Amino acid sequence: MTAPLTAASVALDGNLAAAPDAPEAFVASRGFWGHVGHRLVRDPVAMAAGVVILVVIAIAILSPWITPMDPYKGSMLRRLKPVGDATYWLGSDELGRDMISRLMLGSRLSLFMGVTPVLIAFVLGSGIGILAGYVGGWTNTILMRTIDVFFAFPSVLLAIALSGALGAGIFNSIVSLTCVFVPQIARVAESVTTGIRRRDYIDAAKLSGASAFTIMRVQVLGNVVGPIFVYSTSLISVSMILASGLSFLGLGVRPPEPEWGLMLNTLRTAIYVNPLVAALPGVAIFLVSISFNLFSDGLRSAMEIRQ
Amino acid sequence: MSVIPPGPDPFAADRGGPAQPLLSVSGLVKHFPVRKGTGPKKVVRAVDGVNFDVLKGETLGIVGESGCGKSTTAKLIMGLIERDTGGMLFDGQAIGERAMPWRSYRRQAQMVFQDSYASLNPRMTVEQSIAFGPKVNGVPGREAVERARALLARVGLEPKRFAGRYPHEISGGQRQRVNIARALALEPRLVLLDEAVSALDKSVEAQVLNLLLDLKAEFGLTYIFISHDLNVVRFISDRVMVMYLGRVAEIGPSDSVLAAPAHPYTQALLASMPSLDPDNRTQKALLAGDPPNPIDPPGGCRFHPRCALAEGVCGQVEPPLEPVRAGNRVACLARQPGSGHSAAPAEVLAA
Repeated sequence: MTAPLTAASVALDGNLAAAPDAPEAFVASRGFWGHVGHRLVRDPVAMAAGVVILVVIAIAILSPWITPMDPYKGSMLRRLKPVGDATYWLGSDELGRDMISRLMLGSRLSLFMGVTPVLIAFVLGSGIGILAGYVGGWTNTILMRTIDVFFAFPSVLLAIALSGALGAGIFNSIVSLTCVFVPQIARVAESVTTGIRRRDYIDAAKLSGASAFTIMRVQVLGNVVGPIFVYSTSLISVSMILASGLSFLGLGVRPPEPEWGLMLNTLRTAIYVNPLVAALPGVAIFLVSISFNLFSDGLRSAMEIRQ
Repeated sequence: MSVIPPGPDPFAADRGGPAQPLLSVSGLVKHFPVRKGTGPKKVVRAVDGVNFDVLKGETLGIVGESGCGKSTTAKLIMGLIERDTGGMLFDGQAIGERAMPWRSYRRQAQMVFQDSYASLNPRMTVEQSIAFGPKVNGVPGREAVERARALLARVGLEPKRFAGRYPHEISGGQRQRVNIARALALEPRLVLLDEAVSALDKSVEAQVLNLLLDLKAEFGLTYIFISHDLNVVRFISDRVMVMYLGRVAEIGPSDSVLAAPAHPYTQALLASMPSLDPDNRTQKALLAGDPPNPIDPPGGCRFHPRCALAEGVCGQVEPPLEPVRAGNRVACLARQPGSGHSAAPAEVLAA
């Protein structure tokens, strides 16, 4: 995982070959992440969710080459075909574009908008939270009270307000969503770090003369990254839904780019004509976000190993 | 077999010669503020003017009941919490000043904590935990790992079996051996053992104590051994310091302090030890009640509300720590000539 871990295990293997009086191998432990992986593989729900996520990611990557029809090409004669149509397997939208192709290509932007803000917020939020939690005192007070200001607003409102202020567009949506998630992740990171900073092994590391940065990187990070990561994965679904919401309101992705939230918006007028087709982007959002949630849930229980 | 790879001669760093105390603590004070309502500011007087020396090569045992300031003293000595006032000299040099900055002091003074599990990072293998200290002090990674393995072997843990293990995979006694190895990895001169064997089974405790004695002889270490177990302190210590409510009650050679205690508190502590002889069981508690609140310690001698010898003067005069007989120093007016206490010895003893 972290650099010192791998360095030591490499050194361990190297020494094995060098020592002539070592007939038996060093007992290597599986380690924390090994145990987590082992338990995660045995969790059917988490594995099923993981498979769904992998399939969607694969579709997202391959979509430009595997869509059955051109997702941008419409036909005024073949608008709002029902699900199960011979040509349009999942029907066609209000401009006569193939739904399945648009859903496949739309997974790119939807996943991107779901994962990117959380990823950026994971890095920034962990940094702020670990710093605040480890240093404590005034640094903590200033950082965390600033963070608290963001909690005064509901996250949907905050995302819409920021997006509205910055203007429509993918980049601005990502910026505003990141701003929504940084405080939440920082809060979790701070509380986990505060929980371990009084442990004796942190004191022992201080006594060895290590700098605060080294202690945070080597001793703290490995112990807090798990819970923060789990929390962050649970935010991916929220991010996807918020991003869809922004697109729905016309603040995110612009037409004709396919994105699930935007598709939901443009198809809403067709809800009385062809409700099944109109609901399809929503089904896709639901499926992927619940998969992320179930997976993060499985990850969390897999990490609950008695220490 | 169990040779620690190239390390400096432990006596090479000796500056002041054998007669100079390795650690000299004077007037050490730590008050913790307590916030209670809007009243006047109050403080917990955890350590309130403590003086003692740790001689080179000795084991100084520190005893006292819970809350007497033992662990706070330990943390102050290691610099884990900042002292309010007081001086600390390490081999004649003031710690924290230019000649002996904290960083170079810490390379020479290490600590073993009571909780063997909490003091090891659960995400690091035993070997990584031991090698961490040398690594951050500039020892190349490979060499640090080798040193960690040699130390593991030295504390009685087969490196092949234990180096790659995580703390939760080994027993409490084994973990404490790892902690000892980690403390020794920086080749310290002073090792502070804060209740280091208190959480272990009696049989394991004995093994670890013997290991500590062996290591001390091999590496020329000096120990500060904090414990509430008087039997253990008697076994391992050369000198004993008894603390009560943030102050030193009595200090001296362990034979003299533990066999013929002069301070009423030391006497009560010793008398409260369970006897192994069934005909000589302790029947009644010699020490009634709890220690007073360290936020509002009693005036004069802090022990006087619980003391059998207490007189009026004890509530007014704070007893200084004065020698009563060769090497023994006691903070008790009843033992000090001219103190005004009726039981005070008449003639002045040769200090």
